[in-house]
Amino acid sequence: MKLPMHEMSLAESILQVVEETARSSAADQVRAVRLEIGALSHVERDSLRFCFDAVTRGTLADGARLEIDATPGRAWCMPCSESVELSRLGDACPRCGSYQLQVTQGEEMRVKDIEVA
Amino acid sequence: MCTTCGCGQGETKIEGAAHEHEHRHADGSVHRHAHGHDDHGHVHHHGDVHRDEAPVSGHAHGHEHEHEHEHEHVMPDGTVVRHAHVHDGLAMHGDHLHYGAGPAYSHAPGLSQSRMVQIEQDILGRNDRHARFNREFLAERGIFAVNLVSSPGSGKTTLLTESIARLQPATEVCVIEGDQQTTNDADRIRATGARALQINTGKGCHLDASMIERALERLQPATDSVLFIENVGNLVCPAAFDLGEACKVVVLSVTEGEDKPLKYPDMFRAARLMLLNKVDLLPYLNFDLQRCIDYARRVNPSIEVMPVSATKGDGIDQWISWLRLQAITARNTRKRVAARSSPVAAE
Repeated sequence: MKLPMHEMSLAESILQVVEETARSSAADQVRAVRLEIGALSHVERDSLRFCFDAVTRGTLADGARLEIDATPGRAWCMPCSESVELSRLGDACPRCGSYQLQVTQGEEMRVKDIEVA
Repeated sequence: MCTTCGCGQGETKIEGAAHEHEHRHADGSVHRHAHGHDDHGHVHHHGDVHRDEAPVSGHAHGHEHEHEHEHEHVMPDGTVVRHAHVHDGLAMHGDHLHYGAGPAYSHAPGLSQSRMVQIEQDILGRNDRHARFNREFLAERGIFAVNLVSSPGSGKTTLLTESIARLQPATEVCVIEGDQQTTNDADRIRATGARALQINTGKGCHLDASMIERALERLQPATDSVLFIENVGNLVCPAAFDLGEACKVVVLSVTEGEDKPLKYPDMFRAARLMLLNKVDLLPYLNFDLQRCIDYARRVNPSIEVMPVSATKGDGIDQWISWLRLQAITARNTRKRVAARSSPVAAE
């Protein structure tokens, strides 16, 4: 696991959002949490899973399944004038090799929905 | 809060302030209060049995019953943790509901119908709300706030003391110092005559917007001043946290590897300006300045770059001019906005 872990802060933020939603919908238990995490976002997934399990202990979301939907990275390539795939920040355009790229997708860090009981 | 990495908000200390923290209640309300002592924490050890000590004096609850459960969690790394809970029967529906069990460990499947609740919220939404508040606070006062980020030992604090010496007295400067421990950096800043506030993040690896909000309340920077926020030395975590600053400036010293922008792309992408510090040492190093700049522009084509030496003075004029220009822009924006809402109050 990679240290340091801002994933702990992220996990705490996820828990806050989840708890608020669970309470306002009068749920007793959160069974699953689905996130959307972009491929280019600041998240180490294994760390996030570990931290999520740690911060949810003893909460409504204790034992909840964490599902992570990965959004692929995309960028606008200036020389190509086209949207291209980008798997990592710092990679070149897969078509022309240029680094003149503007990221358009893949930095998302969102809680999409939860399954409650 | 977390006993694993300790990266919890409960350990944050703002210098000179009694320890303060938040409680969230079941109804969603939040209250803050202060403590006089440092070493507290609400640690729930896995395996503890929590018993709700609700007062039951005098009147009897018809359906008060407690169940003790023991069950297992399987951690992602394969460790199995067994622990026990006590839940009292005051749970909302009087059902036998078990908070600690996910679907895979359900003792009584089918007791309640599960349903999906849409959320669609940014994970850092709360931080971003605090950041927006800070940004407005700063804009109303014409304060230019810069968030300085780097790895430890890049020379941030020396750069800061040099910058403050050059900016003062024409421009008022104050500093929010983020460090895990010690007030050494704030002490160095205060030696320049500038006001400084130290935030110790404990084991936390970055500053967040609510820490800055509280620091701004205490510091009350002057109108049209410059505020430096020296983040915790770390090229990873601070990239994700908007503090409400005008921009991030990343400091990379040439004694580090020239490939740092590729290794830590998030940070170099989040920064508007890269200061390449300690360039006076270049003759003694194998550091390809141009290659480093190329790498930074791979992850952030629009990043500005300035080679500087905080100790020898190279490039410092350019950096100070850049800061002055940003400060003037912040001041003019404040005046323009003020003039629009109340023409008399603008000056």
